[in-house]
Amino acid sequence: MEFLRPATWDEALAAKAENPTALPISGGTDVMVEMNFDVHRPSAILDLNRITELTEWSDDGSVVQLGASVPYTRIIDELSGPLPGLALAAHTVGSPQIRNRGGVGGNLGGASPAGDAHPALLAAGRDVFVEAASVRGTRMIPIDDFYVGVKRNSLEADELIRAVHIPVADGPQQFSKIGTRNAMVIAVCAFGFALHPKNGTVGTGIGSAAPTPRRAVEAEEYLQGVLAERGLWESGDLLGTEVIQRFGELVKAAASPIDDVRGTADYRRHSLAVMARRTLTWCWNDYGKQIRSAA
Amino acid sequence: MSTRTIQGQKNLQNINQASKDGIGGSPLRPDGNLKVRGEFAYSSDMWHEDMLWGMALRSPHPRADILSVDISEALKVPGVYAVLTHEDIPGSKYYGLEIQDQPALAIDKIRYHGEAIALVAADHPETARRAVKKIAVEYEVLTPIVTEEQCLDPETHGYVHEPHEYKSHAYGNICHEQKLVSGLGVTDEVRALADVIVSGDYEVGMQDQAFLGPESGLAVPAEDGGIDLYIATQWLHVDREQMAPVLDLPEEKVRLTLAGVGGAFGGREDISMQIHACLLAQHTGKPVKIVYSRDESFYGHVHRHPAKMHYEHGATRDGKLVFADCRIVLDGGAYASASPAVVGNAASLGHGPYVIPNVGMHAIALYSNNPSCGAMRGFGAVQAAFGYESQMDKLAVELGMDPVELRQLNAMSEGDVMPTGQRIDSPAPVAELLRRVKDMPLPPPLDTEHLDVRQVPGALSNTSHGEGIVRGVGYSVGIKNVGFSEGFDDYSTARVRLEVIGGEPVAMVHTAMAEVGQGGVTVHAQIARTELGVEQVTIHPANTEVGSAGSTSASRQTYMTGGAVKLAAEAVRRELIEKGRRRYGWAHKDIALAGGKVVSESAGVLVSMVDLLGDEAIDLTREHHHRPTQPFDKETGQGFGHVQYTFCANRAVVDVDVELGLVKVVELTAVQDVGKALNPLSVVGQIQGGCTQALGLAVMEEIIVRDGKVRNASFTDYLIPTILDTPPIPVEILELPDPHAPYGLRGVGEAPTVSATPSIVAAIRNATGLALNRIPVRPEHLTTEQPG
Amino acid sequence: MRVTFTANGKQVEADDVWEGESLLYVLRERVGLPGSKNACEQGECGSCTVYLDGVPVCSCLVAAGQVQDREVRTVEGLSEESGELGLVQQAFIDAGAVQCGFCTPGLLVQTDALLEQDAQPSDNDIREALSGNLCRCTGYEKIMDAVRLASARKCSGKAVTE
Repeated sequence: MEFLRPATWDEALAAKAENPTALPISGGTDVMVEMNFDVHRPSAILDLNRITELTEWSDDGSVVQLGASVPYTRIIDELSGPLPGLALAAHTVGSPQIRNRGGVGGNLGGASPAGDAHPALLAAGRDVFVEAASVRGTRMIPIDDFYVGVKRNSLEADELIRAVHIPVADGPQQFSKIGTRNAMVIAVCAFGFALHPKNGTVGTGIGSAAPTPRRAVEAEEYLQGVLAERGLWESGDLLGTEVIQRFGELVKAAASPIDDVRGTADYRRHSLAVMARRTLTWCWNDYGKQIRSAA
Repeated sequence: MSTRTIQGQKNLQNINQASKDGIGGSPLRPDGNLKVRGEFAYSSDMWHEDMLWGMALRSPHPRADILSVDISEALKVPGVYAVLTHEDIPGSKYYGLEIQDQPALAIDKIRYHGEAIALVAADHPETARRAVKKIAVEYEVLTPIVTEEQCLDPETHGYVHEPHEYKSHAYGNICHEQKLVSGLGVTDEVRALADVIVSGDYEVGMQDQAFLGPESGLAVPAEDGGIDLYIATQWLHVDREQMAPVLDLPEEKVRLTLAGVGGAFGGREDISMQIHACLLAQHTGKPVKIVYSRDESFYGHVHRHPAKMHYEHGATRDGKLVFADCRIVLDGGAYASASPAVVGNAASLGHGPYVIPNVGMHAIALYSNNPSCGAMRGFGAVQAAFGYESQMDKLAVELGMDPVELRQLNAMSEGDVMPTGQRIDSPAPVAELLRRVKDMPLPPPLDTEHLDVRQVPGALSNTSHGEGIVRGVGYSVGIKNVGFSEGFDDYSTARVRLEVIGGEPVAMVHTAMAEVGQGGVTVHAQIARTELGVEQVTIHPANTEVGSAGSTSASRQTYMTGGAVKLAAEAVRRELIEKGRRRYGWAHKDIALAGGKVVSESAGVLVSMVDLLGDEAIDLTREHHHRPTQPFDKETGQGFGHVQYTFCANRAVVDVDVELGLVKVVELTAVQDVGKALNPLSVVGQIQGGCTQALGLAVMEEIIVRDGKVRNASFTDYLIPTILDTPPIPVEILELPDPHAPYGLRGVGEAPTVSATPSIVAAIRNATGLALNRIPVRPEHLTTEQPG
Repeated sequence: MRVTFTANGKQVEADDVWEGESLLYVLRERVGLPGSKNACEQGECGSCTVYLDGVPVCSCLVAAGQVQDREVRTVEGLSEESGELGLVQQAFIDAGAVQCGFCTPGLLVQTDALLEQDAQPSDNDIREALSGNLCRCTGYEKIMDAVRLASARKCSGKAVTE
């Protein structure tokens, strides 16, 4: 096994081109578990820690460009304004020590359905892009095209994730996750939700309840329809239990979970419905308050 | 806070004033300084020039015949020094705590998932891992025998061990069995005496000790052909007793020294890597270190027996228990380990701390192809307590009584008779513990106005902002025996040496007690100070140069080895005073030791120990045996089986998110009688730690086994409570002395682990109204899988 | 490969490091700093917590090659230069927060980091900060006491001696 330590992004891309089976490592919170338990012996480990731009973010007022290695702790501390859903999700990742090392790039690279960032990224809208680069150039992969199978993403063998581009929140966002203890848990299942009043859409993301992270498309469409038809974006009036209930049922229907040691499929469906109802309620209550205070 | 007194001041104090760091005080741990500096040498920290790393190949199947093992490719890996199978074992191939039924390396058969088949010694862990992967094993995979039905029908499903292979088991796949009948037993006539009868089936999942320091040790071959092993264990001498025959060495050539132990909780009572490291060291002539990874640790030690229990209780309309009947089936897994003792405890303690005139009991441990189960804190009693305490709550509902009052009405006390026929001959303040725990102030209700998400179920997972949360309160009480029971000659040895070092009298205490974190070393120093009137005490490293201290288990070490230290120190004191009498002709009857001097109440200071001892040392060794017990009659369960009983009562307050099935324990209160708190700070620490392990069993901890395969051998999926899961644990201590025990003390460590789990489940029932007959309670049990 | 870094203020060097090795292994087995403990090797227990460039991390999840030219501070580096125990170390002993002690090194580093950031954390803050450090012996109550004690001593500006 080789240990590659590129000093710059270009060197990293060159190294990856030369060693397509090299395993990129940044925070190490997934890769090192595989090393320690002999799950994986790649031809080379490609350390990205020296590439400082991966730990930087920028916000142009409409889009946050989030470096792949910005640790979750900094997402919580620095980005809860523009990316509230992702910041909430980041706060549920592992432990403080893990949050000090891990970043969204690792979640995307591993593409585990249990990755905590995924539901928040999906909920943030269809204009979320993964910036993948190689010596051949840069691709902006829409988040909806990114997850292709269990722990599989649409990266090419010579590509590395440089950043993820996420629209700045224009409405309330929430994230909830089920674990069987009160800290340090892999998601039994998770749900991200966001209101996007500017374009009259809502975003959802389901974690740990299907082979890939996925959105609840019918639930989004149903809710968008109700909000538009009833003029609720403008009024901020209460949604009513029927709408909330129906939304929860549609989120539940969008999942295709399995039974495993962490939980049963039935429970995952059930809890997704509850989380969907609650996160919608929290977001809508906040939104309603904003409308009323603006009026 | 710290109460350590500066040395010079102590000598100015009243000559008869006991040391503040003697018994009853809370001096700081003698190993604390090293531990906070990171300099305390745990077994995994051992290092030796030229040492090799040992590693085991383990079976991926729970039941299989081994057709062949080919080690040739593994031997070719550069850096590999040895690859061993059972054929390389020089001596006896089997060992075991109570029944020698376990091969040191699998012989032709696999009986559980993770059984060790071969060993590798190499220059680096990664080399060893590569070599282990190159060992080729041909298996004929067999259908594992895993359910009670399969185990009890060996004609159809087969035997885990051939019948009477080790002359061990009663019949079929039953490893051990204990029945018990008292009063009239439980007959139709007796049932007719009850106005109300409740029954239930209860299930306890397989809990793991999950100590933080995985199994590890360093074996160093010695020039005399023997072996020195530096090891984390609970009982040095019983390890040696099992190791020597396998290594084909006389016991005196197998020398064990206790290395730092990262927790134990029963999981180190059995052999893990001891024999393996020594075999590799013998074979290579080099020091060999083995350190289990966390997943290997889950395969490498026994767990708490999962249990299925059927209980039936009858009572009069006014709440007096008339009878109780019970069947407890414990899955012992592939090898016996401590199963017989676990069955004995379940059978003899399985009706709880209650006076019940008519009792029936049938407890068995099965052999199966599931992971082996053995000792874990509170064994046998923990499983049963979930059953009988669930029954008490059920009965209270049926009778329309307060659950605490019902318990108090039937609580045993000193002078009452256990179902085993044993009269309780020391305080048993069961009703009083319950009264006190109920009288403790309740925590304030959840503040939904200023909600901090970290305080509600789910915490930072952000699942509730107050929605769905219902508070519940539950109570329980439990009983546990202290020390080894059923006729076992349980004893501990201690050596105490008194001499002058640097112008001061210094006591040295040498035992083979395994300090696993419980604070025994602190208590030994306290006892020496109290008995010898000195301040300076050193603790000799625990090893096999001194006699056995028995196991650090069964809540017994302070009682047993503490008792031995007391005996040895008293003997040293007598000899010192006798020396003074011979030299100075003292006639005083009131001579004592205090403040480093020999003193007399009437005549003041007689002489300093420094002057009396000069350059001589007094060095004496004593054994402490507890009073004899008797085996239980196999059919009736009658017998004076236990040395001492210990009781703890709990109240749990929980917040349950009833829509999501998530639980947050808000407070877990404990009241326990400890006889005499030799070190109150440590006693409270033991009780809080014991309660927390009970909390884990109540709501999260379970090794999930499907078709004999362990599914969650990691800290990612075997969850133990974090600091965000663990609530404040107020503790109240009673000190009612037991006249039979040293200083009147009562074993502490296990009682809270027995009693706290049912209180938490009772609280969740109180919040949800659900029956909850299985632990750990999982979110789906509170939501989608609610039993009828 | 060779890895060179700073450990507790001293330059250290490890040779023949296997590429898949963790910082934890290098500390424990190669540079004579076994204080950080190996209890799970997957970031679930916190026993191996060390400062990496001033940030507490699980050293089992840092590849050895990643620490080249960087600064590591372990439990062995928490004592005062005089050799006296650091404030957090002393508080853990005084409060009875040490039983088996295997979790202690990680808890000390994590607590040290918490109090550096916030000398007077609330109980909820303490619980959140220490939620990645498993302890199996104490039930955490004495650990809470120890952190509160260290906080009080830090705020009162003097290390209360015995």
